[in-house]
Amino acid sequence: MSKAAEIDIVSVSKIYGATTAVEDISLKIPAGTYCCLLGPSGCGKTSTLRMIAGHESISSGDVRLGNIVVTDLPPARRGTAMMFQSYALFPHLDLIDNVAFSLKMKGVGKEERRAKALDMLKLMQMEGYASRRPVQLSGGQQQRVALARALITDPEALLLDEPLSALDPFLKIRMRAELKKLQTSLGITFVHVTHSQEEAMALADLIVVMNDGRIEQAAHPRIVFERPATAFVARFMGDHNVVSGRVSGSRDGMVVFDVPGGASLAASGQGRAIGEPIDIAIRTDHVRIGDPPATGLGFTGIASNVEYRGSTVKLSVNGAGIEDFTVIVDDTSFFAKPVAVGDAVPIAWDAGDAIVLGRLDS
Amino acid sequence: MTAVLERPGMIEAKPARRGRFSISTLVPYLQATPLALILGAFLLLPILMIAVVSFWDYDFAAMYPDVLTTNYTDTLGSWVTWQTYLNTLKYAAIVWALTLFIGFWVAYFLAFHIRTTAMQMVLFLVCTVPFLTSNIIRMISWIPVLGRNGLVNSTLVEIGLIPKPIEWLLYSDFAVVLAMVHLYTLFMVTPIFNTLMRIDKSLIEAARDAGASGWQVLWNVIIPLAKPGMAIGTIFVVTLVMADFSTVQVMSGGQSASVALMMKNQMSLLQYPAAAANAVVLLVLVLLMVAGILRIVDIRKEL
Repeated sequence: MSKAAEIDIVSVSKIYGATTAVEDISLKIPAGTYCCLLGPSGCGKTSTLRMIAGHESISSGDVRLGNIVVTDLPPARRGTAMMFQSYALFPHLDLIDNVAFSLKMKGVGKEERRAKALDMLKLMQMEGYASRRPVQLSGGQQQRVALARALITDPEALLLDEPLSALDPFLKIRMRAELKKLQTSLGITFVHVTHSQEEAMALADLIVVMNDGRIEQAAHPRIVFERPATAFVARFMGDHNVVSGRVSGSRDGMVVFDVPGGASLAASGQGRAIGEPIDIAIRTDHVRIGDPPATGLGFTGIASNVEYRGSTVKLSVNGAGIEDFTVIVDDTSFFAKPVAVGDAVPIAWDAGDAIVLGRLDS
Repeated sequence: MTAVLERPGMIEAKPARRGRFSISTLVPYLQATPLALILGAFLLLPILMIAVVSFWDYDFAAMYPDVLTTNYTDTLGSWVTWQTYLNTLKYAAIVWALTLFIGFWVAYFLAFHIRTTAMQMVLFLVCTVPFLTSNIIRMISWIPVLGRNGLVNSTLVEIGLIPKPIEWLLYSDFAVVLAMVHLYTLFMVTPIFNTLMRIDKSLIEAARDAGASGWQVLWNVIIPLAKPGMAIGTIFVVTLVMADFSTVQVMSGGQSASVALMMKNQMSLLQYPAAAANAVVLLVLVLLMVAGILRIVDIRKEL
């Protein structure tokens, strides 16, 4: 239906007065990618999206769409279309006129633009509501109309600002699937801002984790989840235990470090200077109850909480300077050797499961 | 546990509720009574009296209860009445157009070009400052400005732009319209400002995203969404102008007439039934105009 464009963000910053919302970020989003900008509120993800869209001026740096530098172009001439968080449908217009709005602005004749808008509504299965006003629609229907309105301009990239946040959980999952299907069938670049890691993992080909105006990691969801680059990414993506300490040496190609207040652990990684701070991440579901295969790949702690979750059991363990270490064990192996709150539990993991995390400054 | 605890309470509550039943149904009526009494005594009753008196007979000294239609036939059959009504409608139309134009742009400036809400409130209060003085004083203060030897004329003569003072500045339709616009523009600014402030800023961004220019945003998004405010302002201004007699009398120097001025003159001649008939006609006309405005624009969202 339309050509997709690569989005290239080159050392872009956004400064509001004394605060820096986005700090010197660079990112290449390949054509036809479903990209999710992920991060907590205030991390700069929405500012980044709005700078791509042209609704926010760029303090320094450049944005390229395809082969065109769009830094100083108005929103409508960038080849992007934006879908707003609250959908921003015009309350005084019916659905056809809402969808046909950009064509009207271009001066397309009434019959032609209404016919095109109706086609677009058909694509979104909303043609039956064509003469209604936005207030008469449910959240999911409004979203479809907003999509139709954005796509009628035939954009090279669609920018979505938290498109699912206004929907109830059930509808969220349904509309999520529709978005993915739409992106696959249109083949254009989608940039989707969200604060839900679950949403990002379900949709994205490229997850960009942002924090404090900077990009912590930009990679395929599997890489972001399995090999988080920083402690922030590991914590934000969830299902990871992050343990911090100081390097005390190396052994058998492993970095050995001390956790303040107790244990000495090991993790596979390049040698580091002794005394340097280090963070490692261990997947909660890759930890087991039992003795470590080698020294430094486990510790013994006191179970502080046991939660039954059906197919799994969640155990919280404190000990050796590590607070609230989460262990997810499948129910059969847990009930074969149950653990009660207050019991001493040996925890272990494999060498490959302890990942040394980077730091953004180094 | 909770179910057991709740049960005795519910059993006790039932007879108690039945006992209060008759009083609780009366409560809403009792609550509405004060306002109903005030509106009935001070609005409905006087209007009813005016309507009744408009059918009475009268001579130079007294009124005689009767059911006559002569007051209406005299009023509507007189060429002077029609001319006065037309003149009043002319004032209403001109003042409406000017206050709408000025009011919209003032409100637009306040709502979209002033960034901080604190500054918006300060400037809005500045708009209301003239209202700290009475209507009459604000009106009369125009006389030294517009008079034959007033500020405007003497300045223009002194700098040599005109050889002799302009006569039509004061005691003319121009002066009447100017004073009315001055008095009533705020009634347009307030409701329009209110509607503009409620426009979601993302709608304007969405319009820009769709390629709308500044004027297209104004024409296709802001003005349609400001219509309810414009309608409310229009109702204020039109009803005020239609009922005005003091501005017309003072600023036209007695050379122009309005419906309310005609009524005032009739009353000073003790022709109360004639004035009452006139009032009923004016009331019907204004109500029809308001109904017309409400048909065109849906203002329910604003109330």
